[in-house]
Amino acid sequence: MERVSFGERRISLGEMPLWSWLVTALLLAMLFVLLSASGELLVPLLGQAGEIANYMHEFAHDGRHLLSVPCH
Amino acid sequence: MITSYLRRGMAAGLLAGLLAGLFAFFIGEPYVDRAIRIEEAAATHSHEEGAGHADDEGVFSRTTQKVGLFFATGVFGVMVGGLFGMAYAYFRGRLASESDWYRSLSLASAVFAGAFLIPYLKYPANPPAVGDPATIGERTATYFAVVALSLLVVLAAWYASRRLKERGISAPIRQMAVGLGVAVAVGVMLVAFPAAPDPGDFPSGLLWSFRLSSLGTQMVFWAGLGVVFGLLCERANRRGQRTESVA
Repeated sequence: MERVSFGERRISLGEMPLWSWLVTALLLAMLFVLLSASGELLVPLLGQAGEIANYMHEFAHDGRHLLSVPCH
Repeated sequence: MITSYLRRGMAAGLLAGLLAGLFAFFIGEPYVDRAIRIEEAAATHSHEEGAGHADDEGVFSRTTQKVGLFFATGVFGVMVGGLFGMAYAYFRGRLASESDWYRSLSLASAVFAGAFLIPYLKYPANPPAVGDPATIGERTATYFAVVALSLLVVLAAWYASRRLKERGISAPIRQMAVGLGVAVAVGVMLVAFPAAPDPGDFPSGLLWSFRLSSLGTQMVFWAGLGVVFGLLCERANRRGQRTESVA
């Protein structure tokens, strides 16, 4: 019964638990790594460590183009 | 309760992402291959002139990159699906539709418009060989700025029409006002942001086919997400009713 009543009423933004905001931030960050991280983008910010992102760039390359995010 | 929407979103997203990957593999990949051949030809040419930067494309073979396509669309699906599920938990009690099936479809259409379709009008997908790698930072930043603003436009349109309805404004006036507002906001965005990269002498037929295939990939994804998420919610509702009637 609790389930149904929760589903029927509106939850306000303040009622969204802390973990849901953390998960949202984490998913957005991971989405950025998947869709946009590349050496060209990150080396100016992170130095040579940013080169690692090129492996993600190359592996997800076709998906990035076909999902229509700027790739290179 | 938010957890179960998150879980359903991720499951629906994974399935939708893999479906989009299948579409992209069969419809889009032939165009990507042709664009890469053009890119390689241009790179070899500029190497002969001693000014190229062509060796950055050789980390993985093309076959590996095609496996990577399914990885990319699948993981994209899980993450976007998770975000969709949590947004659904928040909007569920606020959407006008009367069932989870309709609510899932309308939220998926709204997010498709804001997160993909409006930004796509300004910055359509580009195949390999189009776009100067030196400007990738700028283009990435403007692309995601347009995505965020478009989502805000969709959210504002939904909110405004809900408020106008509460005030008893008639449907034709309400919808014309909101439609005009969206048109103006999108128009300003199209004009105000920097122009999309010039494809130069890239073959226009190939460019058009590639862009249609990337539009199709996203349409398959969002349709799949809305449908599968809606079905999962309906199934959970039926199970909930059954356990209640037993208890």
